[in-house]
Formats: sequence, C-alpha cells, structure tokens
Amino acid sequence: MVRIQHEQFDVNAELARLRADPRVGAIACFIGVVRDLNDGDSVASMTLEHYPGMTEKALEGIVAQAHQRWDLYEALVVHRVGELRPTDPIVLVIVTSAHRGAAFAACEFIMDYLKTEAPFWKKEATPTGTRWVEARESDDAARERWGAGASDR
Amino acid sequence: MHVTVLYFAALRERLGIAREECALPADVVTVAALKDWMAARGNPWAQAFVEIPRVRVAVDQAMARPDTPLREGAEVAFFPPVTGG
Repeated sequence: MVRIQHEQFDVNAELARLRADPRVGAIACFIGVVRDLNDGDSVASMTLEHYPGMTEKALEGIVAQAHQRWDLYEALVVHRVGELRPTDPIVLVIVTSAHRGAAFAACEFIMDYLKTEAPFWKKEATPTGTRWVEARESDDAARERWGAGASDR
Repeated sequence: MHVTVLYFAALRERLGIAREECALPADVVTVAALKDWMAARGNPWAQAFVEIPRVRVAVDQAMARPDTPLREGAEVAFFPPVTGG
C-alpha cells in the first residue's frame, strides 16, 4: 500500500492495523526524519515536491518488486510532501512477514529504491537562501547492491 | 507528433515553466531526439540542460532511456535526479 500526503502519519495506528494479522511474526519499520543540518549548513525547513501520478506508480512498482523477492504479508509506504521542519517525519515504511529476515531486507530494499527511483525532490531553506538538494552517489551504490535486473533502466 | 512536456523541481524553476505543448518535427521520435530538439531551440533550455546535469526523463510516467520512443499525445517529464526519502 502506498500513500502520499501532506499531513503527519500515525505510526502507532499503522502498526496496530498491520499487527492485527495473526500470520505476522515480524514487523520492520523505518522512519525518515528531517535533520537540522545538511552539507554543513543549518536547515530551517524543507519543501518536498513530487510528480503526482508517476510518484504513486513508482512506489507501487517498488513495493511489488519487494513482494516478488520476499515472502511478505504487507508493505506500506507513506511519504509526505509540502513544507517540513527539522524533527518532522518524512517517510514511513512498514513491512510485515512471518520472520524477521524478510521484513528487515524488504524494508531496506524499499528505502534504497525509493531514494533513487521515486520522483521526489527536496528544497532546503538555509541561512543563505533556498537550494535544491543534490542526489548522492552513495544512494545509487546502496541500490546497486541489490543486484542486476531489479531496475528497469 | 504532439507531446505534453512537464518540468519538475530545479529544472522547472530554471526554465520558469511547468509544462508546455510541443509540436515535434517528423524526425523527433525518441527521448534523446526530443532533448536535442529542445536544446536546439536555444535558451533557457540549452543552458538549463548544461547547468542541471544528469536530467532524467519519464515517458507516460515511466522512467525512460535515451532510445525510448515517443508517441502521439505522450506525457514526457524532465527532472533532476530524485532526492526523496
């Protein structure tokens, strides 16, 4: 399941819903949070932009790949857009499975692909003005370790 | 061929437009040819493609390659490398 929204997400409510499935033996959860420092500058706020339509499709494609690679019961991705401030949560990924191995791996896989494939862009407000965040090569490397054939490029 | 072109993030700001309708010459049938045709129109496109390297392209909301073919009425999006999460 994939959602893109402006508002805050309720981690406990999502966990309670996913945990209600009696087959679930493991839940892995990742929360990405806005930091107050990036590339040496303090960050007062950031604005997240997306490509309505394509972003949802890209995330659904990543979740579908995760389901193909591991035995999962559910994989949830909630990503926020709009203006966010330090300590605000940006993204939530929750994966449920029978055992922890699949849940941990799929959660990391989804984030590595989200960072490099899903059309979101961050613009930061720093003391010297606003700037678009640059993509990181380390994020490409993180995705590549999942192996060939996983990307459609 | 007619396509709708969308721009996002730094590229949209640099160009000052979010979308345009383009009537393409008959020989512009791939993503690479479209990008070359846009740059050949001059600035701001030519300069923007230099200032913002590694521009990515999606056709009909799926990531495209330089040789991805265009179709009549396609939605073609140009944007910088993504930075979500």
